[in-house]
Amino acid sequence: MLTCKQIAELATAYAEGQLGFGDRLRFQLHLGLCADCRTWVRQLGVTARALGRLPAPELPKELEAELLRRFEDWKKKR
Amino acid sequence: MSPPPPAHAGPAPLADEAVLVGRLKAGDRAAFAELVGRHGGALLRLASTFVKDRSVAEEVVQDAWLAALDGLDAFEARSSLRTWLFSILANKARNRAVREGRSLPFSALGAAGGDGEAAVDPARFHADGHWLEATAAWSVEDPERLAGGAETRAAIERAIAALPEAQRAVVTLRDVEGLEAEEICNLLGLTLTNQRVLLHRARTRLRQALAEFMDGAR
Repeated sequence: MLTCKQIAELATAYAEGQLGFGDRLRFQLHLGLCADCRTWVRQLGVTARALGRLPAPELPKELEAELLRRFEDWKKKR
Repeated sequence: MSPPPPAHAGPAPLADEAVLVGRLKAGDRAAFAELVGRHGGALLRLASTFVKDRSVAEEVVQDAWLAALDGLDAFEARSSLRTWLFSILANKARNRAVREGRSLPFSALGAAGGDGEAAVDPARFHADGHWLEATAAWSVEDPERLAGGAETRAAIERAIAALPEAQRAVVTLRDVEGLEAEEICNLLGLTLTNQRVLLHRARTRLRQALAEFMDGAR
């Protein structure tokens, strides 16, 4: 039986599908029996998904303008 | 026909991108502006994980776009345009680091990425491996609201900024940008194990930062 401490170390390997068959079963068995680990592992997943919803920073207008100027140069020498 | 909804907030649908790349190869300025608008912010965010200084990060982004234009004919759409741009940017950041006499932290990962150290503080467990304290539920567990709320977003962004460089780069590429683990390994020159260890450490630190934020906000 895996301990809570082991679950906390294996959570990303589990979520990323990198655990072997036996470890995956042991991981799931522990989660089925342990509410604390269920909460902890769920929060780890929530954190990762929240990251995927962060808005990208805006490119400064001057940099965008400079890139478009450079594009014209590139086009000429092409 | 409308494009399928993106599975992830990041990369745009491929078909549409292929059209834009085609127009770009033909010298279409509007296509370039559109692509810069789509990917520029993500490139700047990635550049900021490699170089601390904001103006240097912007220079790296500019270098990357110019190199992309010069190498455009080599782009074969085997990877997504964004992944291709990321790899160019990572090379530019690496070259700059070498010129400035410092190496990116990824070269020293052998030691730093080992399994020696636990991601979660061992002091949080009993000797038998059980949690000392119950895991507190969060008042908000909806990723959309966590990323959308001004305070929680600020807490997440502060925590990302405080991560060690290699962890920050890996979690940015995997969770923020949604790249596959293998793509990240190629980009940063990591083994799959190192990539996973760094990702796990980053995620547990960010989870902990959110937990502390929720605790303080209670």
